[in-house]
Amino acid sequence: MKYIDEFRDPALARKLLTHIESRSTRPVRLMEFCGGHTHAIMRYGLRTLLPPTVDLRSGPGCPVCVTSNADLDRAIALAGVPGLILATFGDMVRVPGSVQSLQHAKAAGADVRMVYSTLDALKIARDNPARPVVFLGVGFETTAPTVAAAILQAAAQGLGNFSVLSLHKLTPPATRAILDAGEIALDGIIGPGHVTTVIGADAWQFLPAEYGMPVAVAGFEPLDILRAVADLVNMAEDRHPAVSNSYARSVTRQGNPAAIEVMDRVFEVGTADWRGLGVVPASGLGLRPEFVQFDAIHLFDVDPGPTREHKGCRCGDVLRGTITPPECPLFGRACTPARPIGPCMVSAEGACAAYYQFGRDLP
Amino acid sequence: MSGDVILLAHGSGGRLSHTLVEKLFLRYFDSPALLQLDDSAVLEIPNLQPPLSNPHLAFTTDSYVVSPLFFPGGDIGKLAVCGTVNDLSMSGARPLWLSAGFIIEEGLPLGDLERIVASMATTAKRAGVQIVAGDTKVVDRGSADKLFINTAGVGLVPTGVSIAGDQARPGDLILLNGTIGDHGMTIMTQREGLQFDSPLESDCAPLNGLVGSLLAALPLGTLHCLRDPTRGGLATTLNELAARSGVGIEIDESVLPVRDAVRGACELLGLDPLYVANEGKLVALVAPEAAEAALAALRAHENGREAVLIGQVTEAHPGRVVLRTLLGARRIVDMLMGEQLPRIC
Repeated sequence: MKYIDEFRDPALARKLLTHIESRSTRPVRLMEFCGGHTHAIMRYGLRTLLPPTVDLRSGPGCPVCVTSNADLDRAIALAGVPGLILATFGDMVRVPGSVQSLQHAKAAGADVRMVYSTLDALKIARDNPARPVVFLGVGFETTAPTVAAAILQAAAQGLGNFSVLSLHKLTPPATRAILDAGEIALDGIIGPGHVTTVIGADAWQFLPAEYGMPVAVAGFEPLDILRAVADLVNMAEDRHPAVSNSYARSVTRQGNPAAIEVMDRVFEVGTADWRGLGVVPASGLGLRPEFVQFDAIHLFDVDPGPTREHKGCRCGDVLRGTITPPECPLFGRACTPARPIGPCMVSAEGACAAYYQFGRDLP
Repeated sequence: MSGDVILLAHGSGGRLSHTLVEKLFLRYFDSPALLQLDDSAVLEIPNLQPPLSNPHLAFTTDSYVVSPLFFPGGDIGKLAVCGTVNDLSMSGARPLWLSAGFIIEEGLPLGDLERIVASMATTAKRAGVQIVAGDTKVVDRGSADKLFINTAGVGLVPTGVSIAGDQARPGDLILLNGTIGDHGMTIMTQREGLQFDSPLESDCAPLNGLVGSLLAALPLGTLHCLRDPTRGGLATTLNELAARSGVGIEIDESVLPVRDAVRGACELLGLDPLYVANEGKLVALVAPEAAEAALAALRAHENGREAVLIGQVTEAHPGRVVLRTLLGARRIVDMLMGEQLPRIC
């Protein structure tokens, strides 16, 4: 299949692996920011193919995972508002908040609907004009423009019963937070391919400039990732940090101006509460005041109750890259995809789910 | 009858119920046992030759709730017949009789019901089984989604045939009769309104003929396991077999047949074809010495033209399915976790 098979070619993969092996003289620790990368790496078994000098660490790039318990509790409380329909992406439904998940709330009678796109939520709102419909918006710069476009569409159509609980987050500030904390020594970052399609590769220039940190923006096929690893190993060996882009079929230096424009029109940057990183200034997207009638935070006064963290869960450490999932004492024992304790075991982009699903006890 | 819809009265047991049974169901379901219209079908066990002279009885049931009711390659009725015929076939049974129970939502167009009943009759005829018992209930609008069908089936297992999930042995080779993911992705893309250059079509088909050829081609005792990878897909089926038999399973990603349109749809929706449902596929675990004959028998049948050898059973890593990836690395293939997919069967 075009644009897929070319990037899964075993012969080219072997070539890249040989290059990496011959180039890599000293150990490097690379962080794949994006949960989609973690899954591709595990799914194709790339960790077992790379030389032992290359250590891959997962980062905070799983929107469901970085949603804090306080925000989850608010969403679950919203779902309990009589008559309200809460629409969200599938993964969110299973993530446990302080006390319960949306799945439990649904079983107890809340109207929670899983959608593939924000447009489906708009349709639900059109089909149920007498009921408030809230879209639970999680995601990074990849998803935020689509939610912004949905809000503009709702405004244009005068759809008064549609609103958004915006938990959207920005990726460059999160990367900065991890580097500023200095908990983990990194030699390079595999940049998020879909996010960078929107924000543009130049948005990562601050990493080599301010932190001396090489960045390789990558797509999600095995060759994309191996190319990025090769670039990062080259840059580390040459001590020449820069931003490389192995995902040029999707990513440009400037990104997608139309998506950025729509995002800027609807959202404004504010603080956000990240699981693992805590409150990070200028790292979240809330609705601008002129869209207040679509802002679920202002429309519904709910009491989420006190926030509690899950005892023993080390999702926060996994999201900062300070441990790999199997280092969490709950991994594969108390916490499995069937009975997840932390969100990293739930999400299709969660690092724990990827390690468990593809790499557990590999004989 | 087209233009009319099902009313609650069609399930009342009164005149409308009788009209529905006589004018619709009995027009298509015409087995002598059913036409007796007694409270149960009384069936004569056919005059059996060896190896069916001292058979075991296979008995199964399944309910079908797929939405939409009609999809490329089939409909809920065809699915209801194939599903139960295939469940019987997977124990090596020769399927003979089915029952069909209909739970109909008030308002279902009679024309739709007729198309579905006709499709069941055609499929049953093709599979060589008779629908010998039936039931109809009508529920209030909103109490069911258009139409649910339950079918139960009875078949005969020839003497000496012992095919079960716990019979896999290290060294067995694993055969698959064709492409994976066709049914599940057909339903998904119908629901999502996605269209592709080469349209997707469900693989829904009765597999008793294919199993019959397989049994006929192989020495008794060399066919160890048969499973149809329906919900949860091939990955789930292989995990079940590994767990039930206490063996390991190794498969090779590069030989797994997946149609381009299915792959494309899976890429778009973020799904793995290994976990997507099939309705006309089987995996056969056979003793290594019988594998060549088994593959030839599968390929000679219309439902097995694209049959391939996908892997083998190992003594190592019991209970685990391991996949050799396209790049030559190895990784675990886990059971399907969670259920975020819509109703597909």
